Amino acid sequence: MRAAIEAEGLVKSFGKTKALAGVDLAAAAGSVLGVLGPNGAGKTTAVRILTTLLQPDGGRAAVGGYDVVTEAHRVRQLIGLTGQYASVDDGLTGTNNLIMIGRLLGLGRAESRARAAELMSRFDLSEAAARPVKTYSGGMRRRIDLAASLVGRPQVLFLDEPTTGLDPQGRSDVWDMIRVLVGDGVTVLLTTQYLDEADQLAHDIVVIDHGHVIATGTPDELKAKVGGQVLEVVPADPARIRDVASIVARWAGDEPVTEPGARQVTVQVPAAAVLPGIVRQLDENGIELAEFSLRKSSLDEVFLTLTGHRAEDTANAAGTEMLTEHDREGAPR
Amino acid sequence: MSTATLGAPAAPARRVSPLTGLRNSLTLTWRSVLKIRTNSEDLLGLSLQPIMFLLLFTYVFGGAIAHGDVRAYLDYVLPGILVQTVLFATLGTGLMLNQDISAGIFDRFRSLPIARWAPLAGAILGDVTRYVISVVVTLAFGMVLGFRIATNPIAAIAGCLLVLAFALAMCWVSAWIGLIVKTPQGVQTFGFTAMFPIVFGSGILVPIQTMPGWLQAFAKANPLTLLAAACRGLMRGGPVAVPAGESMLWALGIMLVFAPLAVRAYRRKT
Repeated sequence: MRAAIEAEGLVKSFGKTKALAGVDLAAAAGSVLGVLGPNGAGKTTAVRILTTLLQPDGGRAAVGGYDVVTEAHRVRQLIGLTGQYASVDDGLTGTNNLIMIGRLLGLGRAESRARAAELMSRFDLSEAAARPVKTYSGGMRRRIDLAASLVGRPQVLFLDEPTTGLDPQGRSDVWDMIRVLVGDGVTVLLTTQYLDEADQLAHDIVVIDHGHVIATGTPDELKAKVGGQVLEVVPADPARIRDVASIVARWAGDEPVTEPGARQVTVQVPAAAVLPGIVRQLDENGIELAEFSLRKSSLDEVFLTLTGHRAEDTANAAGTEMLTEHDREGAPR
Repeated sequence: MSTATLGAPAAPARRVSPLTGLRNSLTLTWRSVLKIRTNSEDLLGLSLQPIMFLLLFTYVFGGAIAHGDVRAYLDYVLPGILVQTVLFATLGTGLMLNQDISAGIFDRFRSLPIARWAPLAGAILGDVTRYVISVVVTLAFGMVLGFRIATNPIAAIAGCLLVLAFALAMCWVSAWIGLIVKTPQGVQTFGFTAMFPIVFGSGILVPIQTMPGWLQAFAKANPLTLLAAACRGLMRGGPVAVPAGESMLWALGIMLVFAPLAVRAYRRKT
């Protein structure tokens, strides 16, 4: 399949900080590429380069087959961008923001108006259409940002952390909208620090940390890469948790994780074939089980294994990546 | 939604035609004007400021400066207040550009297939509306207080146009400040700090004869002195050609220096 987004060896530094240290990525036309990484990993820098807002120091990138540096104007005719930094005008009403973008894209007066009304109703904003955007709630704000990036019916859509700061309902609304767009054949590049978001939406995932790609693949491939499956065992008698841990360790060939005070032993197992042995030995030792379950490792564990730290550690500081990268960009080059 | 209907012409254009650029600028001018119309606070401030200065100068300082003849002082000071008000209003250009950049609206524009220079042109063209509002309010309120045009309406309009032309040059200074300073607060601090000595070290509010020699020299060369003198001549009678010509030369010079600086700072951002 034709690649809608391709990047090879992207390098970008801000002063002494290397935001991107040679990033490759590709998204097939009509697919969703999830770019996953903690704050400061370089996700936003990558999106800013791909959307022609920033020039790379090295490497090349193309969107829709056009080079983002030498054919930037062509790229801009194909893309839509939603991110915390590519915003709409607070002082204008929702409708006027969309009309303005329609006019800038060369639509006629009536056409811009019709397109604005269509998008406002599709994003459930009709009631707030005549109000200035500064009166919108966080979720409405995100929806108008998304609507603004769709006025020109882009073929390739860049969504930089589209659900950061939204409540669960707001997130699932945005997910549904993304699914509809993908159904229409739009290629989507989505950055996120939420692993379940990438798991839910992305066909392919690129994991970035400290400006490097540390893993690529489908969500299933990534989960498999990290050692297949996760076994969770809960003894009926919490006092026997140490016995459970030592038995499980013998079979799994990996140190089980027993969190202090927890009643559960968690361990990565290479294959389901080891399970009968574990069950037998637990039984022989007279350990009664409250719970015994095997599941695929979640992207959370994948992330922990790949980067050595949990995604959530940094997720608390949402938004700092954007700010620091902005500041660095403002510094003299 | 179909992606084939609109977004994908056979091959997208390689660059923006100047005509499209002009249309982009006009759309963004429309946005600026819309913002002025909907932002009642800005509109109120824009109108109240010249009213306050007129009242202040006429009734607080006027009597002392003109030895009791308030009416005569009003005739003297109104063209000066006109110049001062429009000059302060030019700060809005830099402020708006700066806010657009920090709020991320600029990045939205930059991701669109529009002319690179259109947001800058749109901001400046849109601000002309603010300058016109300032001029009209100042003149109208001055007339309420008793200012009379002693020449003829056409000359008075020419005086207003002179002030607007000068503002159009000064807004490049403001745009430049707006593009190089990091925050909107910074724009205001820098802008006002730079403006106060220029506004008060001039003959726009008081005759310069009582100033010390060095300040007289500064005030005489100050383009605001020249501009206010030309405007006074056009509205109240007196020499026009020399101060008008000199102030417009200044405007041209300011534009020639600061427009390229602003465009360069703007290109760095884009």
